[in-house]
Amino acid sequence: MGKLFETPLYPYRRSSDQDAHAPVRHAVVVVGAGPVGLAVAVDLALQGVEVVVLDENDKVSWGSRAICFAKRPLEILDRLGCALPMVERGVKWNLGKVFFDDRQIYEFNLLAEKGHRHPAFINLQQYYFETDLVSRLRELQAEGKPIDLRGCSKVLSVEQDADKATIQVDTPEGPYTIEADWLIACDGAGSPVRKMLGLDFVGRIFEDNFLIADVVMEAEFPTERWFWFDPPFNRGQSALLHKQPDNVWRIDFQLGWDIDREEELKPENIDKRLRAMLGADISYQLEWSSIYTFQCRRMEKFHEGRVIFAGDAAHQVSPFGARGANSGIQDADNLAWKLKLIIDGKAPASLLETYDSERIYGADENILNSSRSTDFITPKSDMSRVFRDAVLELAEHYEGMRPMVNSGRLSVPCTYDGSPLNGADCDKMPARTRPGSPVVDLPVGNRFLLNLLGSEFYLLTIDAEAPAALDVEGVSVKRIALNTADEAEDYLQQRYLGDASSAVYLIRPDQHVVARWEHFAENDVRKALLKAIGR
Amino acid sequence: MGLLKTNANIAGPDEFYSELIAAHEGLTKAQSDALNARLILLLANHIGDRAVLSEALKAASIRHSS
Ligand SMILES: Cc1cc2nc3c(=O)[nH]c(=O)nc-3n(C[C@H](O)[C@H](O)[C@H](O)COP(=O)(O)OP(=O)(O)OC[C@H]3O[C@@H](n4cnc5c(N)ncnc54)[C@H](O)[C@@H]3O)c2cc1C
Repeated sequence: MGKLFETPLYPYRRSSDQDAHAPVRHAVVVVGAGPVGLAVAVDLALQGVEVVVLDENDKVSWGSRAICFAKRPLEILDRLGCALPMVERGVKWNLGKVFFDDRQIYEFNLLAEKGHRHPAFINLQQYYFETDLVSRLRELQAEGKPIDLRGCSKVLSVEQDADKATIQVDTPEGPYTIEADWLIACDGAGSPVRKMLGLDFVGRIFEDNFLIADVVMEAEFPTERWFWFDPPFNRGQSALLHKQPDNVWRIDFQLGWDIDREEELKPENIDKRLRAMLGADISYQLEWSSIYTFQCRRMEKFHEGRVIFAGDAAHQVSPFGARGANSGIQDADNLAWKLKLIIDGKAPASLLETYDSERIYGADENILNSSRSTDFITPKSDMSRVFRDAVLELAEHYEGMRPMVNSGRLSVPCTYDGSPLNGADCDKMPARTRPGSPVVDLPVGNRFLLNLLGSEFYLLTIDAEAPAALDVEGVSVKRIALNTADEAEDYLQQRYLGDASSAVYLIRPDQHVVARWEHFAENDVRKALLKAIGR
Repeated sequence: MGLLKTNANIAGPDEFYSELIAAHEGLTKAQSDALNARLILLLANHIGDRAVLSEALKAASIRHSS
């Protein structure tokens, strides 16, 4: 059997669009079937929006690439109906070890907070992640949802006018043209669509190269994340070892700037490095290897007329902190409900401005975090190296210095503080669930709060009265009523009530808090909801 | 501004100064740089207050006009 990522998963099939006399018009066309394109397409289709996904090839991601998926994206994928196979297959880890020079300087335990459905992180090859999304897409197709995935369909050109995008698609049987009310470009860091529209992509390029080797080992290494600063087997540089399912290990060697790529990629040279790191007598199989250099940058705006950018096409970060795919999934989450409301004529097209502002806020946060990690891992001046080494030496002896060690700050969800969509706050309630934050999960009976939320607006009441449903100018709001008396633990108090005796939370379809009050008042909710949809 | 103590605050300034210089005795430039860095980090951690630290960074960045 070939490797999963070498097997065509959505082979080319002729579409009836290719035989039409005039270009067929679609509600949404997504370019790129990577994690982000698949997620946004599945989200839209779930909500009944007609969507066509185009990808230039017919396979999942070549090699594993992303391996570390955080809790928030898993929660989003749970709403989309495909997190379970990922979590079941994924490697859960808590223990991290940090090495400096020739020794371990300390270890840490992530100690995930209790009362959440999903773990803080899983390690999973990107090709599994994408395969599970494709399976979900197939399920939706079988249910008759309006979603189509076209392999070997390469976008050659994109043009747009005020009300549509026109897309030329190349296939093994020649090119054809389609139109879209909205085009979502999820075509990756090199985004051809971005180039076709002549849009900018600026930021900071880091002058460094990293060799990634995914190796299959039978050896029993523990399920931990090991990070080395300046180890004897890679002097002056860093290295990372991390476990994936199927006994695959991600090994990441920093190489520096002045290298010979071809030399480094020769299996015999990779072999030398691996043996120096893991021991001369290891036995392994090389699954995938690659050298990458990265950049931290983003587009100035994430949409231009009828074309919207998401994922790596819109922003790129260093891999430290696992923020690429994780933040791209949050783009999809933010975009789908807004576009749905715009398409249904319930929200003005200007609601898209808040996709830009909220996700640019998220992208900037990620870029800031990953640039800081990069500067710690690869100091850019002599003095910055002196301080970096000083932090590491102190961290070995004094626990208090460990928070300053930065080998990548793991991705946490973005709180849209200051978003124009946010409404009233109640200062008696906990900061972590303030307007703009994603809903914090908790157990409800034998389920979890997030499982009770679909892709609509919700009114979460805690020890408070409210109608079972509301209709605000065509947008429906459903109530979820929780009571502290039904709880064995005091999660509701800790996560939602704080010092308030009751609470009413208005929640967006992407599970971010719009506004919160101590008591229900219809007028307040109406006002907040209209604000949240840009009216 | 004004959180950072810039009035005389160390009892026995001469003793402290000689202790600081003595700590560097016999060290190479690189070892001294490393010692200074560790010292700054430990003191910064002890102070903890972000506003004071920012003020100290500013106060230390004296630019001499020539
Ligand atoms: C070594 C490495 C490690 C990483 N680790 C992590 C991690 O641990 N966690 C994390 O969250 N992220 C990680 N990332 C980042 C992650 O891989 C990316 O952020 C993620 O793949 C972006 O998804 P995307 O859907 O935006 O783009 P992509 O996955 O790049 O998908 C773009 C798609 O567009 C298609 N396409 C391109 N041009 C055209 C065209 N003209 N017509 C049609 N289709 C086209 C491509 O075929 C491709 O399928 C890592 C990346 C690397 C390189």
